[in-house]
Amino acid sequence: MAVKKDFKRADGRKAEDARPMTAKVGVIPNADGSAMFAFGDTVAIAAVYGPRKLHPQHMQNPTKAVLRCNYDLLSFSVGDRKRPGPNRRAQEISKAIEWALSPVVDLSLFPNTVIDVQIYILQADAGTRTAGINAASMALAQAGIPMTDLVCSIAVGKNDTNLIVDLSKGEEDFEEGEGATDFAVAKPANSSSFSLMQMDGKISPELVPEATKLASKVCEEIYEIQKKTLKDSLLPSEQEKGAKK
Amino acid sequence: MKNEINEAHEAVEDNSTDSSNSSEPVERRPIVPGEVIVSGEDFLPGDGTRRDGENVLANRFGLAEISGRVVKVIPIFGAFIPRKGNVIIGRVADINFSGWMIDIDYASSAFLGIEECPRFINRNEMDQFLAIGDVIAAKIWGVKSKGIDLTLKGKGLGKLEGGFIFRTIPSRVPRVIGREGSMITLVKEKTSCQITVGQNGWIWIKGEKIEDEIKARKAIEFIASQVLVSGLTEKMEEWFENN
Repeated sequence: MAVKKDFKRADGRKAEDARPMTAKVGVIPNADGSAMFAFGDTVAIAAVYGPRKLHPQHMQNPTKAVLRCNYDLLSFSVGDRKRPGPNRRAQEISKAIEWALSPVVDLSLFPNTVIDVQIYILQADAGTRTAGINAASMALAQAGIPMTDLVCSIAVGKNDTNLIVDLSKGEEDFEEGEGATDFAVAKPANSSSFSLMQMDGKISPELVPEATKLASKVCEEIYEIQKKTLKDSLLPSEQEKGAKK
Repeated sequence: MKNEINEAHEAVEDNSTDSSNSSEPVERRPIVPGEVIVSGEDFLPGDGTRRDGENVLANRFGLAEISGRVVKVIPIFGAFIPRKGNVIIGRVADINFSGWMIDIDYASSAFLGIEECPRFINRNEMDQFLAIGDVIAAKIWGVKSKGIDLTLKGKGLGKLEGGFIFRTIPSRVPRVIGREGSMITLVKEKTSCQITVGQNGWIWIKGEKIEDEIKARKAIEFIASQVLVSGLTEKMEEWFENN
């Protein structure tokens, strides 16, 4: 069963297509590293500050740096205005993003410090944590933090029984049949293991390998975009743009 | 006194200067973390790289350089990592009974002990020598887990009076200095300013006229922004003619 080639989605995508992706680095001049990543109408920006001194002191780790992520939806990013400030959902996602990024970041060089990753969602149309992880991994690279790899993240899912990639908000709210399944994964690009797996909804165990295979394929596309964006940011024309800010 | 400071710090920094202006052109290309730079058993992984089986991979975002058998990644972004012997520029943040705390734009604090000053200091009048907010050029003589120890003993170190300081990305300091100080000497000659470049990315400029100082700053910012350009010294000659 699995991926139906002729399955038609509301926005005309094929089952294994992600929404059009755009990326940019250096969007926040004051940060040590920053990036923007968008899946269609979902737009995330990430800023990296540090390594810098960690307060309170008892949180410091004398053997390595602490990676601290903060994810938040901006109040205008969703249909009904979100009350500003952290909430339970944001705290949970922040922690999950931290765990998704930590396998690739080499923290041993900066003992007693903190590396802050701020992720803000400018527009939310489902898949915000995945866009956030993609942006954060580019921002970390641009901040010059030693890393073993870049992290790519994508949501796969199901509408009733059809496997699809990168659900939009409309697809996430699908209620017929088995309903919608949202299965967000993140993986270091050059590795076969995953650093994040979260799921809402239901999926049969036989479908999981298929879903992860589908995710890996899209992750390769994301990786190419991340690579290209980072490298292009060094071209002289881009440099001049940055200097003018 | 005139150029003492400048010459002294370059003598130290040249050891860590990269080969951005070397006569033999070395191929450099942008590389992202985790990307394969070269494969083959012959290559030796240097700074910012690691070996994984056949391949040599990048450990950070920067420019990959293969010189002979050694492969390394030249960082173009990133925080200052203090090493013993680095000359840095800092600002006095606090005075306590045994010395000064110096802000050097790094996560852990830096300390300048009273016994590390080149002349006798009266402990009751320490702010006569260095007051809070004063800018100094100092050398790192120890990096410990608790913090960084600085010294003012050495040629050209001490309080920087007049002029102004600004910051660049610390990873680009070697490029600003150039091979054996060629780049910074060029800027000094063209603008007739005194310039001290700290390894922490802080740069101090003092000139006769404010126009000269601004020109020197613009030149340095231009150098720091040209990451992918080779033969930058020639390009700078051109830049000075146009500006």
